[in-house]
Amino acid sequence: MSAASDVGYNAQRQARWHYGEIAFWLIVLSCGFLFPSRYLIMTDILRLALFTMSLDLILGYAGIVSLGHAAFFGVGAYAAGLLALHGIINEPVLALIAAGLAAMVLGFATSFLVIRGVDLTRLMVTLGIALLLEALAERFSNITGGTDGLQGIEMQPIFGQIPFDMFGKAGFFYSLAVLFLLFLFARRVVHSPFGLSLRAIKNNPLRAAAIGIPVNRRLIAVYTLAAFYAGIAGALFTQTTAIASLDVFAFERSADLMLVLVIGGTGYLYGGLIGAVVFRLLQELFSTITPQYWQFWIGLVLVVIVLVGRQRLHRWVLYVPNLILRMVAGRKAVVAVPEGDA
Amino acid sequence: MTIALETKNLEKQFGGLRVTRDLSLKVEQGARHALIGPNGAGKTTVINQLTGVLKPNSGRILLEGQDITDLPVHRRVLRGLSRTFQINQLYPDLTPLETIGLAVSERLGHGGDWWRRMGTRNDVNDEIADLLTRFHLLDAMNEQTVTLPYGKQRLLEIAVAIATKPRVLLLDEPAAGVPESERHDILAVVGALPRDVTVLLIEHDMDLVFSFADRISVLVSGALLTEGPPEQVARDPQVKAVYLGEEAVDV
Repeated sequence: MSAASDVGYNAQRQARWHYGEIAFWLIVLSCGFLFPSRYLIMTDILRLALFTMSLDLILGYAGIVSLGHAAFFGVGAYAAGLLALHGIINEPVLALIAAGLAAMVLGFATSFLVIRGVDLTRLMVTLGIALLLEALAERFSNITGGTDGLQGIEMQPIFGQIPFDMFGKAGFFYSLAVLFLLFLFARRVVHSPFGLSLRAIKNNPLRAAAIGIPVNRRLIAVYTLAAFYAGIAGALFTQTTAIASLDVFAFERSADLMLVLVIGGTGYLYGGLIGAVVFRLLQELFSTITPQYWQFWIGLVLVVIVLVGRQRLHRWVLYVPNLILRMVAGRKAVVAVPEGDA
Repeated sequence: MTIALETKNLEKQFGGLRVTRDLSLKVEQGARHALIGPNGAGKTTVINQLTGVLKPNSGRILLEGQDITDLPVHRRVLRGLSRTFQINQLYPDLTPLETIGLAVSERLGHGGDWWRRMGTRNDVNDEIADLLTRFHLLDAMNEQTVTLPYGKQRLLEIAVAIATKPRVLLLDEPAAGVPESERHDILAVVGALPRDVTVLLIEHDMDLVFSFADRISVLVSGALLTEGPPEQVARDPQVKAVYLGEEAVDV
């Protein structure tokens, strides 16, 4: 193999699909058939996964911290709700895209504020924007329904064919399809030169500029893209639950998001998906054991994860599956441990 | 001779401190020009103004006759002005392959590609392979940069700057901190830079300066003390006085 083709092969190393990834998605899909009584919670997990993937794009790849990501979730949620409520766009998929675009516009507009500062400034600016929107939504209650939220949303069938059923089956597969498509898109983007340049910016913005990367422009682009993803997650929330209330903007939503991403791991896209599953399962588990104090245990888990180090935890968790994979499919098939650390 | 890089009356102050004083410097096309001076002379501040990290309070900077004083860092790089850093500025999580690949992609205008995968362009791959080979990094191309030995990181630091195909290259103490055993590799690489690349070397090590440079500017307290060919600078009594007690200048 010549050096150049060797380089080409190795450059695409990360972009190739691994067995573990295919297995992951097959398991997710099969859950839809194995647990027909659990559609609501599973849909909730999918939404959270998509929302977290959005945060991963800016935090895990580009290193932009945010404590106000719910701003985009909320705009997406209200946009989808208003579109359906007033019959402006009845078809859910079109409304979903429109809601995502609304969040995207807000993301683009606010990105100029976010890219200016360093971490602490960014935390405060993002937090401030989310609080601001929450207050605005409360103030303009004639549009948003105020503290009561948007009520009486009736969703039309998807593509005019598939109605949302009361068990949430359609909602689950609809959400799964959206999540998977957006995952594919994100996966493609992060393995492009653009995606790599984001990691370079996160690693060393000084050097990134010194090799000709237009740092600010790249950050604006990814922030805008992430806002679109968060908006879609918010729109899915409204569409699958038929409600939109002020808590879509809540600080807890942004803060939880950070927990989910840290639990799942940053900078490899699956962190959001795995984190969402683990977070919701832990929440379920702890709230059955101790309904009042489940947050104590979530906090404890978080501290352990950060102290022990996720890489080590992942290695322990993946030890047995990888042992089996190695025997079945050879050494290359092992599931990779994520690179980034929060 | 044409002038590749020029500063006109460059002035920089931090509060009341004048760190660059009325500095007018001309670097000729193809030159091996060294900028020397004792610790705290303001050498790195000059570099930071040349590359756009710092804005001068007044004065202009010209690259091949064009005013670049107001251009941001990345635009200067695309115009052909690159630098290496005194302390390695690399991407700890990225591999040498990715690091160099990015620099090459940006220069060829593919850096903004968000759909096409990395590694699918032959022109980019060819250049990466060439650079990795030249800088003895081919075997280490998939290692995370943070795990590389210091000498290799130093080579990568220079390789990344070369990958942007500079016409003017600023080398900020290229051999700083490199162990004696790996020093030779660095010096060979620096010596082998093509003659059409203009080099401005900022250096502390007098052996390296006098073996490499064909012109030397001496900076003291932010101002130009003297300038000329190495023999002349070495004989200059003012220069000797400045370096007395720090390092004896002998050729």
